[in-house]
Amino acid sequence: MGLIKDTFHNLQELRNSASLANKVFIQRDYSEGTTCKFQTKFPSELENRIERTLFEDTVKTLNNFYAEAEKIGGHSYLEGCLACVTAYLIFLCMETRYEKVLKKIAKYIQEQNEKIYAPRGLLITDPIERGMRVIEISIYEDRGSSGSSSGSSSVSGSTAR
Amino acid sequence: MHIGESMRECEYSQISTRSSTPMETPHKKRSPKRKKWEAFPGRNKFYCDGRIMMAKQTGVFYLTLVLILVTCGLFFTFDCQYLAKELTPIIPVIGGALFLFVLGTLLRTSFSDPGVLPRATPDEAADLERQIDVANGSTGYRPPPRTKEVVINGQTVKLKYCFTCKIFRPPRASHCSLCDNCVERFDHHCPWVGNCVGRRNYRFFYMFILSLSFLTIFIFAFVITHIILSSHQKGFLSALKDSPASVLEVVVCFFSVWSIVGLSGFHTYLISSNQTTNEDIKGSWSSKRGKDNYNPYSYGNIFTNCCAALCGPLPPSLIDRRGYVEADAPQLAAPTNGITMYGATQSQQSHMAAATPLLQQQTSEPVIITSSTENGTSLPARASLTLGGPCSTFPLGQPTPPTSTPSLSCQEAADVLPIHGHTLNHTYPLQEQAPHHHYLTPEEVPSPPGMLHCGSPLGHSHTVQAGFYNPASQDSLHEDSVRGLVKLSSV
Repeated sequence: MGLIKDTFHNLQELRNSASLANKVFIQRDYSEGTTCKFQTKFPSELENRIERTLFEDTVKTLNNFYAEAEKIGGHSYLEGCLACVTAYLIFLCMETRYEKVLKKIAKYIQEQNEKIYAPRGLLITDPIERGMRVIEISIYEDRGSSGSSSGSSSVSGSTAR
Repeated sequence: MHIGESMRECEYSQISTRSSTPMETPHKKRSPKRKKWEAFPGRNKFYCDGRIMMAKQTGVFYLTLVLILVTCGLFFTFDCQYLAKELTPIIPVIGGALFLFVLGTLLRTSFSDPGVLPRATPDEAADLERQIDVANGSTGYRPPPRTKEVVINGQTVKLKYCFTCKIFRPPRASHCSLCDNCVERFDHHCPWVGNCVGRRNYRFFYMFILSLSFLTIFIFAFVITHIILSSHQKGFLSALKDSPASVLEVVVCFFSVWSIVGLSGFHTYLISSNQTTNEDIKGSWSSKRGKDNYNPYSYGNIFTNCCAALCGPLPPSLIDRRGYVEADAPQLAAPTNGITMYGATQSQQSHMAAATPLLQQQTSEPVIITSSTENGTSLPARASLTLGGPCSTFPLGQPTPPTSTPSLSCQEAADVLPIHGHTLNHTYPLQEQAPHHHYLTPEEVPSPPGMLHCGSPLGHSHTVQAGFYNPASQDSLHEDSVRGLVKLSSV
């Protein structure tokens, strides 16, 4: 047990003293077709953890990013035609627009995690890690307070019912 | 969740949340990393270290390749010389360009990921199952096929739940039974191309059949021209004798033209109406179904539909083939009744197991004991397991996904997982001992029974071996798992 304590001190991160309590999955919103969009409905498990507006802002920004990536317009046509003409060999040297936007998304998520979610004991997983099916938000409980952890498990138990 | 170490070839770098992983300890033993394609749950074949992805049966693809290469080869060797001399040297140039384009698009269609949807992680699957149970009322056995209704642009679309992948399929996605994957915007599985045709490779497929039609017509026309011109000079029979290859080419092209040109025409129609072959065959958007039935995905005009299908943005592959299997991410406790380990990826199984040493403590002993009584040779292998053998001694899944029948592929794993054949016998006693740790019941397995054998022992082996993976944090994991189990078993 002492070994574990030393290890955790060494890591010097807030979340290292926390344990994974629950995961919330934000599902896809297919009301506009197959374009990538996530539901902005605020999950009940996050009631006490984060402000509704912050959460909705994050999801809306992500949705905008994905809309930008999948937008069919002048730029994508140009890219498509150029690729076709070069027998798609151009993708060996050039990054597609989608990939560029995905990089931006990854940076945005990291930023959000650092600034907003981590201080509240939450962690967003990039949807690309989950096959663009869900936004996975992990809820961490502070290890130190056993009272809160048992509280969270009973809360989770009741929400799960 | 531990993303830091997975890599992608020429793709974006993922956020490093390495420092945020609570379970990470410096004492953790680093086992040789396996790439994700090696642990891929579908029935695909991978080559070139995961860069190339094809279906299981590729015989017909090689036939296609041979037909194209041989016909074009004969054309360039025997006919082009005459045509270049008599008519114009541009003919072989155009022929060459067409040939290269055809080959390029064919290979691109065959080798790329059609848009496979990765299977749900155990936590996701558990979450979905919980929601389904809440809606249905927990019954303890497999609930009826679940559908979700969504309104897309005014049309009601039913989303089906895929029992293999444990997800609600996005609209237009379908599960390919040959490849055992859910594919986005699934068009059809093409044996000629040796792969599924889906969202990511549909344009290549279309370009392939279009350019192949042109090439076939081109070769057909010019070989006929060659024979006619040549027969003016020498006479018909001697012309045929001089270039017998031309006869073969004409025959091949004649029979190909009808099917390929027909197929191109059909797909042109599909593209212009923004439908998939799947939808067209089922008549999903046919007006015969109802007055108000229309295609909600169509952009309204042919030009936009074509541009969207062919020149739209190319989404990246969702299955990170060349990334490394994450073996130490924190996970919630083992899934509840109704979730089979079979559906989960190997990496997820090890995560689960890492988080549930309680599970391992409870069940590992029975597993080992019962297996060794059935198969004496298994005992040394299992013993090494219990002594904390490295994960690498037990390759999870097969090095490449099953290339032969599922039963055969299980036999490949038999040398390291000796209990595979006896697993069914083990699941029932296990269920009695640890009722809240459900492994498998036969009725829950949606895929061929061969996979049943493959899936479950790996689940067992994971729970046993991965329990020793992080010895330093076992107590903390124990704590979490207890909490997790208490929470989940109360559902």
